Amino acid sequence: MNIGDWLFKNLTRLFAVLVLAIVALMAWEMIRGSGASIGEFGWGFLTSSEWDPVQDLYGALPFIYGTVVSSLIALAIALPLSLGSAIFLSEIAPRWIEGPVAFMVELLAAIPSIVYGLWGMFVLVPWLRASVEPVISKNLGFIPLFRGAPYGFGMLAAGIILAIMILPIITSISRDVLRAIPGTQREAALALGATKWESTRIILASGKSGFLGATLLGLGRAVGETMAVTMVIGNRPEISLSLFDPGYSMASVIANEFAEATTEMYTSALIEIALVLFVVTLVLNAFARFIVWSVTKTSGGSR
Amino acid sequence: MPKISTKNINAWFGKTRALRGISLDVPEKQVVAIIGPSGCGKSTFLRSLNRMHEVAGGTIEGKVLLDGEDAYALDPVVLRRRVGMVFQKPNPFPTMSVFDNVAAGLRLNGVRDKKRLAEVVEKSLRHAALWDEVKDSLDKSGVSLSGGQQQRLCIARTLAVNPEVILMDEPASALDPIATARIEELIHELKKEFTIVIVTHNMQQAARVSDFTAFLYLGELIEYDATTKLFTTPGNKQTEDYITGRFG
Ligand SMILES: Nc1ncnc2c1ncn2[C@@H]1O[C@H](COP(=O)(O)OP(=O)(O)OP(=O)(O)O)[C@@H](O)[C@H]1O
Ligand SMILES: [Mg+2]
Repeated sequence: MNIGDWLFKNLTRLFAVLVLAIVALMAWEMIRGSGASIGEFGWGFLTSSEWDPVQDLYGALPFIYGTVVSSLIALAIALPLSLGSAIFLSEIAPRWIEGPVAFMVELLAAIPSIVYGLWGMFVLVPWLRASVEPVISKNLGFIPLFRGAPYGFGMLAAGIILAIMILPIITSISRDVLRAIPGTQREAALALGATKWESTRIILASGKSGFLGATLLGLGRAVGETMAVTMVIGNRPEISLSLFDPGYSMASVIANEFAEATTEMYTSALIEIALVLFVVTLVLNAFARFIVWSVTKTSGGSR
Repeated sequence: MPKISTKNINAWFGKTRALRGISLDVPEKQVVAIIGPSGCGKSTFLRSLNRMHEVAGGTIEGKVLLDGEDAYALDPVVLRRRVGMVFQKPNPFPTMSVFDNVAAGLRLNGVRDKKRLAEVVEKSLRHAALWDEVKDSLDKSGVSLSGGQQQRLCIARTLAVNPEVILMDEPASALDPIATARIEELIHELKKEFTIVIVTHNMQQAARVSDFTAFLYLGELIEYDATTKLFTTPGNKQTEDYITGRFG
């Protein structure tokens, strides 16, 4: 074999292996670092809502709860918006609208999260506190989700910020999924006497699992997002049913408290939270990538 | 009265002119073949008959009459139910089963009755000469069938909405000779009930299946006559050159 080819092949192989090695090393380091906490609290770490550095008692439930709930709020808001705009862009909008709008949606993904966080603190939170939350709790206060004092900082603010942040990825992947569906599918439906709307519905059915993948990728991003959430979620390790109340997320507690973790157990507990976060995002992303990959690979009318 | 009659139609893709003043009558329950070299406008002509030309962003001028009435005055949805279409590449809906593919058009028409759906699906599949091969696997995905079966599935899907006219754009060009022969037999059968317009690249096929043949060249209708006449004693030099394989 040619020496250049040999070098190229083995060099690229080396880099590929290196990436895997880094991931494995990270996992190993976290497992090692969280050894003390795992040994002390066991599985109870995941179900306890005690977070008391003074007494060196640690439970991760409030953070898991905060991450899950804020991410779900984000999905609930972002999903209809992203799917709607993906459908509009790929099925309805004329070319000259599609290009610029798709470009702007993708630009949203390029904004640094600290900027989202600042916007959240100075625009979103005051607005929620002054205008939105009081109105909702006045009219829908009988639902526990919307009860309580309007802080502004809290789950709802975090959910909204996250929704804006995951909108671009869900939109652009859903758009790719729709574009991977061949035009002959649309023509087949139209030629059967389907209206535009009916043909779009048939197309959407073909894209179903792709949309699921896009959603999971968005979710993965929401789960791991740190900066913007930390700035608006309120940072209180409490589990409250009300969306207006402050909470805490896994990523935020690590960012906030790692530098001031004084005892070994404190550090170890934070590392264990990182481990949980790592596993969750890894699984979520792998699953999502797999779905998107299998859809864009096999969609099409005939073999 | 002809089933379909076009009066001087011109079609464009933007500034590209694809059809130049085509006037042609399609008699009822006959097969009309459209032949001509690649790019001469065969597909465009076919697609102007059920207003699919507009779907690809094209524009059209002139008149298309269906049973003597202006086809373009009809709602395209209604027109396309009366004038069905089978495409070059088999395109069953990938997420639907064999059954659901055939039932798709009926469901669009609002038919919900299970018994009625099952009846029509069976009848259409029998009609498309596919029933015996798929009757035990109606729940299988439509795309799990072979290419030839998929194309007959698409024909069944078109038949299920009971159109009056069936347009076929090179329906056998992606198939092997045996599957092709089956489609040709099928066309013979379907002719008893439907009016068929078929585009084909294959001159033998046109000669075998059609009653009338139209030869298109560079967007113009060069010659249109009974198939036997056109293939034995063409009235035009260009037609003769084409069917004897001297160009195209
Ligand atoms: N979507 C399109 N956009 C622009 N021009 C097109 C489009 N489709 C076809 N054309 C042009 O219109 C003319 C007629 O095309 P048409 O597809 O009707 O030809 P055809 O006879 O069916 O060819 P083939 O035998 O290759 O299928 C060609 O010159 C082609 O380049
Ligand atoms: Mg063609």
